[in-house]
Amino acid sequence: MTLIQTFLRGEKGLFKAESLTPMQKLALRFVVVGLIYYGFVVFEGVIMRIYEIQPFSYVTHEQFFAILTAHPLVGIFGSTYAIVFGAFLFLVPFLMKKPLWSIKLANWTLWLTTIGTLTFWLAGFVSHYSPLYTLYWPLPADFTQFSVLGGTFFILGVALVMVGTLFFVLNIFKTITYTPEGWEKQPGCALIKSALGLTGLSNLFTRKKQEHLVSLPVAAVARGTVDMAFNAIIITFTGVLILIYMVAALFGENLQHSLIDALLYKNWFWWGLDLIADGLVLIFVAGTWYLLATLITGKKLFMENIARAALFVEMVVSWTVWSHHLMSDQAQPGILKILSGEMVTAFELITQGLAFFITLATLWSARPLKMTPPLKFLLGGLLGFALAVPAGIMQADLGLNRILHNTQWVVGPHVHVAVLVGLSMTLYSAIYFLLPILTNGAKLYSEKLANIHFWAHLIGGIGMGAFMGMAGLHGMLRRTLYFNGEFNTYMILAGLCGALLLLAFLVFFINIVMTVGLNGVIGIFSPAKIKTKDLLPKTE
Amino acid sequence: MVDSTMVLAGQTIAYTLYVIVILALMAWFAYKITRAGKESPVKPSLFYSFVALLVVIGVSLHIVTHETIPWKPLDLNRADITADAEFNIVIADHQFTLPSDKLIIKQGQLVRFNVESKDLTYGFGLFRADNSMVFQMQVLPGHKNDILWKFDRLETYSIRSTEYSGWKGINMIVRDAIDVVQ
Ligand code: HEM
Repeated sequence: MTLIQTFLRGEKGLFKAESLTPMQKLALRFVVVGLIYYGFVVFEGVIMRIYEIQPFSYVTHEQFFAILTAHPLVGIFGSTYAIVFGAFLFLVPFLMKKPLWSIKLANWTLWLTTIGTLTFWLAGFVSHYSPLYTLYWPLPADFTQFSVLGGTFFILGVALVMVGTLFFVLNIFKTITYTPEGWEKQPGCALIKSALGLTGLSNLFTRKKQEHLVSLPVAAVARGTVDMAFNAIIITFTGVLILIYMVAALFGENLQHSLIDALLYKNWFWWGLDLIADGLVLIFVAGTWYLLATLITGKKLFMENIARAALFVEMVVSWTVWSHHLMSDQAQPGILKILSGEMVTAFELITQGLAFFITLATLWSARPLKMTPPLKFLLGGLLGFALAVPAGIMQADLGLNRILHNTQWVVGPHVHVAVLVGLSMTLYSAIYFLLPILTNGAKLYSEKLANIHFWAHLIGGIGMGAFMGMAGLHGMLRRTLYFNGEFNTYMILAGLCGALLLLAFLVFFINIVMTVGLNGVIGIFSPAKIKTKDLLPKTE
Repeated sequence: MVDSTMVLAGQTIAYTLYVIVILALMAWFAYKITRAGKESPVKPSLFYSFVALLVVIGVSLHIVTHETIPWKPLDLNRADITADAEFNIVIADHQFTLPSDKLIIKQGQLVRFNVESKDLTYGFGLFRADNSMVFQMQVLPGHKNDILWKFDRLETYSIRSTEYSGWKGINMIVRDAIDVVQ
């Protein structure tokens, strides 16, 4: 096949969009949307990287901060959530061996998150609404700096994503518990207890052990989904509150900011936000590691019972760690800083360390393994968290936080290494693994390109985190601009690593398009020809 | 008093060593799993020792910093400590208002900064001439934001807001606002 033919029809013409079931299409649509939004994030990241070396005149300061506001939100909601939704809406029914509760609702999730993300991105792009994702009170309602209308659309966009998220939550729990047509009645209550870890917990205290009705990865999805639901509720509640101020301002009424206590607000908002960072991300990632390790090796998970218990502990920990974001807030009670901020946070080292060890031990048990793209990226993901979690534990110390908070250390070795190396590489591993299953046997266009993707992403991600971290240790703040090249050595090096990340993404994108072909990508979005609730087409 | 430069140097060494070890470990692991090995699964005792190690590190980190970083106990007990000098600073409309043009501190003095915000959430940080940070805290409107610091080096510091307060806040710097004198 010529290059053009491959570009249009995919590698060896193997991918046939018309052979896909509605469920395969659904999952692939989520992945495509997630990857396109990831592209937005990378481009925005690179623009900011250049701007942090030397602010340039095409982008105003207002625009820079609007990009800084949109960038992580598009990254988490538009990209990560989309890929996670697609993967889990497919995997939960796959592992439970029953159809998804509602494909229609899943499609609603897809469009609400896609349109919601586009709405808040556009609102930020046009109006430069830029209170950053932390929304510290009363900044989101400061209409001397931001447009009310722009802010209103921004919040509405986020609200759409939250509604889509709640639909996902409902779909996952219903899929675990419902009884499909023609099936024997399913024990809904027992299933939910097993998924949430209550069965495991009661087993600790009773002689007669109950069996686990759901597999470990499903349990991980369920537990992460609980955090997702709480998070969506908190963000929606906060959004409504901000909207009240906006609607009042649109009608010429200025509500007093002091009606809301800035510290109380910061506590509840961080409680909710942290359910993403220290909750569902860690839980979903651990669950995905376990699943990938068992699928890659075909072996049982090492210490499965402990892994189950750790997932439960992780969920409880995620409800009680928020204070590590308020270590530098002097009005925050000291006891909360020590108990929630330092002590409970230290548990994350243990729970994530356990997940790391259990995954490695499972892989070890199956030596020799072939170093395929899924395995390579899985190891990258493990390394990412092994680097980023200790960096976070350090900044969650009262002494160190005093000199690290709001520096580039936090967004470098902690946030970007966790997100880019830990989370993204885990997701890439899942994508490379699921690709043949979701496409009915399409063949990856080039292993070489997958290799370049791996190394450019790994070196770019770790390098960018490291140089940002070095700048932070020398006093460079996050979320601000320096005009006299104060930290330029680090910023230029971080910029080069940003360029590597961009290269990695482009290489991956080309590889995927050449695998399924342009016609294939378009075909993914056309209605499914096969009418079935099954996940995979029937093989004759 | 041990200052931030020294603590951060310690952190840099510790974290860099850790990074080297974990990179080497992962590279070794990635190599080893592609090679045939004995059919021996990982021993549970290794697993439990690893968990114990994590517990020890998690707990001891905070004890060690409590004992070695002087501002940690100072901060926790600051309500009961009398300062040698006190400065009240107000922030409003992205501007710092200091009690005087220059804040003069005698070497060795324990100083309390009370910073009040009249509108947004800001930050309050002290920076050296080379832009490195001495300390920072958050400044929330409607709340008491105070910090105690012991100054034992003869230096000049700038004040800077360390929290984003909208694009108008990027120039919230008062250069050479603090002089520590003999
Ligand atoms: C792929 C290439 C990426 C590059 C080059 C990049 C670059 C940057 C830069 C330059 C900043 C500004 C740091 C500052 O001075 O405050 C930033 C902030 C941030 N980025 Fe990224 N980034 C990338 C990907 C991501 C992804 C995938 C996510 C998450 C999904 C993410 C999450 C964040 C967060 C949470 C912040 C902090 C925002 C804030 O302080 O409000 N980044 N990024």
